[in-house]
Amino acid sequence: MEALPEFELLRPRTLAEAVDARAADPAARLLGGGTDLVVNIRRGIEAPGRLIDLTGVAELMTIKADAQALELGASVSLADLAANEAVRAHYPALAEAAASIAGPTHREMGTVGGNLCLDTRCIYYNQSDWWRAANHNCLKTTGQMCHVAPKSRGVCFATFSGDLAPALLVLGAEIELVGPAGARLLPLGELYIGHARHDGSGGDGKRYLSLRPGEIVTRVRVRAAPGLRSAYDKIRIRRSIEYPVAGVAAALKREGGVLADLRLAFTGTNPRPVLLAGTEKLCGGALDDRVFAGLDALVRDQVMAMKTTFTPGHYRRRVAGVLAKRLVTRLFAAG
Amino acid sequence: MARLLTLMLNGRKRVDAVADNLLLLDYLRESLRLTGTKTGCDGGECGACTVLVDDRPRLSCLTLAASCEGRRVETVEGLAEGGRLAPVQQGFHEKLGAQCGYCTPGLIMASEGLLRRSGDPSETEIREALASNICRCTGYVKIIEAVQHAARLRAGGETR
Ligand SMILES: Cc1cc2nc3c(=O)[nH]c(=O)nc-3n(C[C@H](O)[C@H](O)[C@H](O)COP(=O)(O)OP(=O)(O)OC[C@H]3O[C@@H](n4cnc5c(N)ncnc54)[C@H](O)[C@@H]3O)c2cc1C
Ligand code: SF4
Ligand code: FES
Ligand code: FES
Repeated sequence: MEALPEFELLRPRTLAEAVDARAADPAARLLGGGTDLVVNIRRGIEAPGRLIDLTGVAELMTIKADAQALELGASVSLADLAANEAVRAHYPALAEAAASIAGPTHREMGTVGGNLCLDTRCIYYNQSDWWRAANHNCLKTTGQMCHVAPKSRGVCFATFSGDLAPALLVLGAEIELVGPAGARLLPLGELYIGHARHDGSGGDGKRYLSLRPGEIVTRVRVRAAPGLRSAYDKIRIRRSIEYPVAGVAAALKREGGVLADLRLAFTGTNPRPVLLAGTEKLCGGALDDRVFAGLDALVRDQVMAMKTTFTPGHYRRRVAGVLAKRLVTRLFAAG
Repeated sequence: MARLLTLMLNGRKRVDAVADNLLLLDYLRESLRLTGTKTGCDGGECGACTVLVDDRPRLSCLTLAASCEGRRVETVEGLAEGGRLAPVQQGFHEKLGAQCGYCTPGLIMASEGLLRRSGDPSETEIREALASNICRCTGYVKIIEAVQHAARLRAGGETR
């Protein structure tokens, strides 16, 4: 038995208690199911002095879903989300994404908040202490350089790999954050600030969330768009217990023979989930080769997988495009 | 930091002093010497450490003991009653669901979790419910048969 580093565990019962605890110690880490954070603590990647367990906060454990709107608390488990009938009926991409995460036992533990705030991943980072030390660590921890991109000048390209974010992005979700200064709502996309090469908006990649000190992700909200069909799928090495090699969420509207709306989002490729920009230019006509060629070009431009996993980046980008095309074809043909 | 932890362990109330940073796995194996629950990896990959918390499977290697306050924790040691194997154990025994046996307690607990939710699971449900558990020996076919057999044993009156 190798003891974990010393920490204090707080188990607030109400959101107010959680916010106070977080405000009192902004360095404290929030704990959902622990399926990411506890792994990282065990591997010596981080050693927080205090953990705030959010799984006892009853206010954060509710799912409200119907054909008009969805509201999800941050402590809802992935298993409950995937099994919710209303979510499956009205927000299929989200239910499919939840059902695809890790394995069934992980989904009993893992939470919505933890999945949305999942640390970015890299083969040089998600390793044991001794492995990382033997490889001189890297920028994301205590090292001097990035082994994926040695000329990166201080930028980390570790990959965002959560499955819920792309599904929620195509559904147009907003996220509620509560901190010492009160609550604020953000379009979900603005939560993610991992390095973005294609539009130059990203920082150093080490910080991947725009959370302000003391803030907690409390709820996710979606207002349903009438007629929007959605789906999620991912390429993975094994059928279960596997992060996405590339994950794609698609949502579209079809009016007669016309593609009236198209949204695509990707995970497992870039340092942040990517809601593809420019898809509106592909709408207004039939779903034909012009659309697919346009889609390919957008994917090539915005989906930038680096060598942060065992599968090469160019392969992840290729399969992301293929998967996007498959999903769009299926959704357009359905019903 | 440490605290007094009160929980139901295998049907009996316990109160123990535990450190905040104690994993449920280490609490069970090291503090209580309940070594049926296994450690198979460095965190979250294999399922050998699966236990039930309030009837649902959990990885004890990623769970803090202190977060089980007030909950019902069950390990493989708690299944047999009065020296008689529980149906799920009987199923693994009779259908040769174990070879080296290292993954078996975790698989048994994941299977027990499934059978409490769904008395007559389809093969697909079984495969999906056990997908967090890795076995290096059996090739899984015998494990699936074991769970199907256990479901029949439970239905045949040997329920608990
Ligand atoms: C073997 C294995 C396979 C996996 N496969 C997948 C996969 O396929 N897809 C996938 O998406 N994930 C996968 N995961 C990762 C993980 O299980 C899930 O992402 C899960 O949803 C994380 O949720 P959690 O509640 O356990 O997070 P935790 O580990 O509790 O937290 C994760 C991070 O989020 C922060 N956090 C938690 N809650 C909040 C909140 N309310 N507000 C702000 N910050 C918060 C924590 O501080 C921490 O930094 C896998 C993990 C393992 C071990
Ligand atoms: S992308 Fe570079 S800096 Fe970031 S974790 Fe990987 S090796 Fe480290
Ligand atoms: S010991 Fe491998 S998943 Fe817990
Ligand atoms: S019986 Fe040996 S690992 Fe499963």
